Amino acid sequence: MNRNRDYEAEGDSGDVADVLGTPDLTPEELAAEWAADSAPPSGPIANLASSLVAAGVGLAGMVIALGLGLGTASEPRAGTWPFIISLIITVLALAQLFIGRRGGVDGEKFSPLSRMAAFGFLTLLALVWLMPVIGFEIPSLLLCFVWMKFLGGETWRAASLYSVLVVVSFYAIFILGLGTSIPHLF
Amino acid sequence: MEFLNPVLNGFGVVMDPQNLLYCLMGVVIGMLIGVLPGLGPAATIAILLPLTYGIEPVTAIIMLAGIFYGAQYGGTITSVLLRLPGEASSVVTVFDGYVLARQGKAGTALGIAAIGSFIGGTVAIIGLTFLAPLVASFALDFGPPEYTALALVGILLVATISGGTKIKALIAAAVGLLLATVGRDVFTGAERFTFGNLSLADGIDFVPIAMGLFGLGEILYNLEERHRAVSAPAKVANVWPSRADLRKSSGAIGRGSVLGFFLGILPGGGATISSMVSYAVEKKRARQPERFGRGAVEGVAGPETANNAAATSSFIPLLTLGIPANATMAIIFGALLIHGITPGPQLIVEDPDLFWGVVNSMYIGNILLLIMSIPLVGLFVRILRVRAAILAPITALITILGAYTIRNSMFDVLLVVLFGVLGYLMKKFGFEPGPLVLAFVLGELLESNLRRSLLVLDGDLSGFFTRPITAVLLMIFVLVAVSPMIKSASARRRSSDTTRVPADSQEKS
Repeated sequence: MNRNRDYEAEGDSGDVADVLGTPDLTPEELAAEWAADSAPPSGPIANLASSLVAAGVGLAGMVIALGLGLGTASEPRAGTWPFIISLIITVLALAQLFIGRRGGVDGEKFSPLSRMAAFGFLTLLALVWLMPVIGFEIPSLLLCFVWMKFLGGETWRAASLYSVLVVVSFYAIFILGLGTSIPHLF
Repeated sequence: MEFLNPVLNGFGVVMDPQNLLYCLMGVVIGMLIGVLPGLGPAATIAILLPLTYGIEPVTAIIMLAGIFYGAQYGGTITSVLLRLPGEASSVVTVFDGYVLARQGKAGTALGIAAIGSFIGGTVAIIGLTFLAPLVASFALDFGPPEYTALALVGILLVATISGGTKIKALIAAAVGLLLATVGRDVFTGAERFTFGNLSLADGIDFVPIAMGLFGLGEILYNLEERHRAVSAPAKVANVWPSRADLRKSSGAIGRGSVLGFFLGILPGGGATISSMVSYAVEKKRARQPERFGRGAVEGVAGPETANNAAATSSFIPLLTLGIPANATMAIIFGALLIHGITPGPQLIVEDPDLFWGVVNSMYIGNILLLIMSIPLVGLFVRILRVRAAILAPITALITILGAYTIRNSMFDVLLVVLFGVLGYLMKKFGFEPGPLVLAFVLGELLESNLRRSLLVLDGDLSGFFTRPITAVLLMIFVLVAVSPMIKSASARRRSSDTTRVPADSQEKS
């Protein structure tokens, strides 16, 4: 719904510009508009969280690498290189923790729309879980339908029709055409 | 003239009907998928990697190269028609390209971009033909210390030149190096980071990482973003640029070709930087610079030529040194490894058919691109009208089913999904996935060369500096590592009081 409104607004301003025959934006204005259009940066909490996760990965890496044996410069062992990298990750993550403490200009804040991506991820996990059990057809059909109807806002009719079409064509390509061994029901 | 023999033999490889067919397929598929908003060349190649299994290595790489420049041009189409740059290297095309489209000259912009891309690409291939053997013969003497330094510089340059926070890009690169150590250690046979999982014992495959981070990560991201991006594509009428437009652009195309070629050889975002530099050069040279941003044809011709020339010349470091210059090249590097080919200075001597076959296929690919792009514009516009809601599950399923077909393994599919969500989260938290993938690809090369160097030098690190090439490379490494810190520190001091315009207030108005 939101999308439609944006769409119309775009169209309107476009028409005005076309009628006047003047190009609408200079590169600088366009860049400014992009900056305003893009989501706000992820902010200080996200920086704290991501830096801590990275530092955690680094620390865990160092601990495991210690277990593999550090060796010496003349006789490196399995843990030498992972330890060096893990140390670098930890140091960089702690530096980022400090440097980005007020947030920064990078990343994007999560919005209510981020739930769509989370939902998409969960449906993909469900697909991976179901595929070996009941074949790819039904899970794919459900995935298509759910993505089109609930994530994409298509009508019931369009979503059902296109989902069936997509799954039938994938069946034709992957199973009948290429003869792959993707788990399938039929 | 003897040196030309393998070059000519390479044409024989390309003219093989099967290779021609795959080249054509690559270009068309690349353009089609590249047109889909949000999927740039790296994502397109990553998603389509499974297509190359089961075909000859030369054919596979010819197709991937075709997908690469096809997708590059696909990005131009969305820049011009939708004001949506398919990737960073066509951002500047939007400035004049979209304005031209608004003025009813979308066809001119696309036509001139196609012609410019063709000329830029061709100039770069000729340059590649002559420069690549020189670089390769120079690099034949490289030993482990040189490779260690070269890989370090390559990773660092890609991490620091790509957009976003430098430290975060470096963290991403380091995580890529760490992921590359998962599995059995080649030197001692010890299992590292496998947590007793048999599927991890052979290490993480490159394909699920690339398909997940670039492919599925983008798809998940677009699920959330696509409401912002949509606008009606402009109408495309006459695709042939007029003679006046061509005359106006000829200088820009010439300069763009040379500029793009040289900037493309450098690691790290060659195509992006060259398109921006070309735009700046053209604007500076123009008699009426104020025309730029208001529909100047040169503003499309220059950058589009330069980015294609750079995309082509970025094959030089990959094919001659075995060091990918950017994320897309990292994926092609991975594809070569899958086919049992290690790109490097020996490639040109040991496998001339592959080397020259791939290089020469680019001539054909560029011609195909020029021929196909103009009549197919109508089809692309129609694809752009297909709603994103319907395309998203299709691309997701292509990725998932494609990932399965590689090794018939659900574990790989699971990895793709997990790396997909990692790619999405990295984007949200401001980490570039490019350096991670590049570092992952170079990880094993870097570690084994470092360990070999340490053995050769008997653990004496100062030995690195007694070898001239290594010393120079390490000096570059230090310079690149230190200079942004100094620059950003001084910039922060200057701009500490400027704040961003809050996006919320803009949206409400």
